[in-house]
Amino acid sequence: MEKRKTLGLALGLAVLLAMPWLMETFGSSSALSLASRILVYSIAAASLNLVLGYGGMISLGHAAFFGMGGYAVGILYAHNGGDPFLGLIPGSNHLLVTLPAAMLLGGAVAALIGALSLRTSGVQFIMITLAFAQMLFFFFVSLKAYGGEDGIIIRRPNEFFGLNLRDRTTVWYVVLGFWLAFMLVLWRVIGSSFGAVLKGMKQNERRMAAMGLAPYRYKLYAFILSGMGAGLAGALMANLMRFTSPDMLHWTKSATLMTMVILGGVGTFFGPLLGAAAYLILETWLGGLTEYWQFWLGLILLAVVLGTKGGLVALVAGLWARLTGGARP
Amino acid sequence: MILILEQLLNGLQYGVMLFLMAAGLTLIFGIMGVINLAHGSLFMVGAYAGTLAAAQAGNFWIGIPVAIVAAGVAGLVVEAVVIRRLYARDHLDQVLATFALLLIANQGVTYFIGRQPVPANIPAALASPIELLPGLIYPPYRLVIIAAGLLVALGLYWLINRTRIGMLVRAGATNREMVRALGVDIRLLYTVVFGLGALLAGLAGYLSGPISAVQVGMGEQVLLATFVVVVVGGVGSIRGAFWAGILLGVVDTMLRAFLPGLLRQVMPASEADALGIGIASMGIYLLMALVLLIRPKGLFVAGR
Repeated sequence: MEKRKTLGLALGLAVLLAMPWLMETFGSSSALSLASRILVYSIAAASLNLVLGYGGMISLGHAAFFGMGGYAVGILYAHNGGDPFLGLIPGSNHLLVTLPAAMLLGGAVAALIGALSLRTSGVQFIMITLAFAQMLFFFFVSLKAYGGEDGIIIRRPNEFFGLNLRDRTTVWYVVLGFWLAFMLVLWRVIGSSFGAVLKGMKQNERRMAAMGLAPYRYKLYAFILSGMGAGLAGALMANLMRFTSPDMLHWTKSATLMTMVILGGVGTFFGPLLGAAAYLILETWLGGLTEYWQFWLGLILLAVVLGTKGGLVALVAGLWARLTGGARP
Repeated sequence: MILILEQLLNGLQYGVMLFLMAAGLTLIFGIMGVINLAHGSLFMVGAYAGTLAAAQAGNFWIGIPVAIVAAGVAGLVVEAVVIRRLYARDHLDQVLATFALLLIANQGVTYFIGRQPVPANIPAALASPIELLPGLIYPPYRLVIIAAGLLVALGLYWLINRTRIGMLVRAGATNREMVRALGVDIRLLYTVVFGLGALLAGLAGYLSGPISAVQVGMGEQVLLATFVVVVVGGVGSIRGAFWAGILLGVVDTMLRAFLPGLLRQVMPASEADALGIGIASMGIYLLMALVLLIRPKGLFVAGR
């Protein structure tokens, strides 16, 4: 089993590394942009999955952190070479500055929202996270200094070791690098004792409390980590699209991220990647076929939720088990 | 002073509208434990069905029963086909499934009726403003909405507190499992509650058509505000939904009406308007966050 896993991972990595060549040969070159977007969204979805899938905190406000990441890049870009932001922070267009800034901002906002929201649970938690995200959404809509509803256009993507971040292939490898680093860290987090506590909280919070572990603090840490991840994704997305707007903060974006997690499989490591891929490919494919693609997307979502338990990962695992004649995991 | 009174009435009207939506949603939350993001779609269905029927018949009042029946039937169908399978699932599946319903409803309406807003007319008898107090001139249509909302509130009060169904509803909101264990046909109760919520949403949608606009996406805006009302009022509590609805309706209207003006005293007009409206939009969410921090279960907790 262990051997097979290693083989699978190596195969997956090879496919990812060969993606530009694969797309050149079998797909169109615009498909590579789609693939980059899938990786970026999967970072956001995997961050949400950390709190939602492993920690059992159903946050309907992750667009907030995603959007903060985007705005970190946008605002730093707008101040680049001009007045410092708030008279203190100089602008920048270096990826190695903007990404950490985005993660810091995402984490800080998550700390604030999480510290307040985690005092509630259940339906109230879903709604209060939604409420905070909506507040940020309306705040940025009304913020005329940074484009208001229209957002900020980032004319030139960030600098990164002199690479040309307009070239699709270069962008792919840069995004892939960040994605791999993120997934590695996430893997370590989930496998750590912290990850074990988090999973325990989901199963039985009271028992964990009885073991002397303070649920609130652990959940808050997870929430902050998750916010940092979503911020990273937002910053990368702003660079990919060369644009940031309140749209990134809208509550339907939170629902989209949640959809990706559920499509892929809640609480599975590669589920968010599969979910993001499925969602974005469906969106692109249906969008090309009909103007009313959301209708069909809705039907497919409904079928997945009602028909499968555990999303695509469970579906694939089930099929795999049937093919190889083994028992379902 | 007149201006404040006028805005208070506007706030009351908006609050009553929110209550019509929240009453159904809070029962569906409280009794079935289902988060229904598609409640706004029922609002939209009622608005479209009623407005189109009224335009066809040339009579505003025809629209009311049509809106109620259309939304009620849509609600029953949705309950039978989708919601029924979600009772035993966790909130996550419910959010996603009803989000899918929302997408389907929006796109369906866009496909069949189009993106253009449908014009909704105020009945001729209610079109001209009347003078309520010396100097306070007010459109009577909004007064009719307030009256309708208060009537529904009274009716619900009677239904919940004085009838057998109401007793079951209250029992269900307090302890679902116990009601089932006592041999009540909980499925039927669920269907009744969902249908009731749907037709109230349809009524709210139709009545608010002439004031806002009958268009795709009208449901989402009111949906989010309704969620805030439900959570602030306390999940499962009709009384909470009523008071929270009115409170939030008034607060939201007041902020929108007066905040830009206040900000203009300290900053340039164009920025003040944008920021004022932005902060006013944040107002109800801020209020909800405050309430939840002080009372994590909302103002009125069902069954206590």
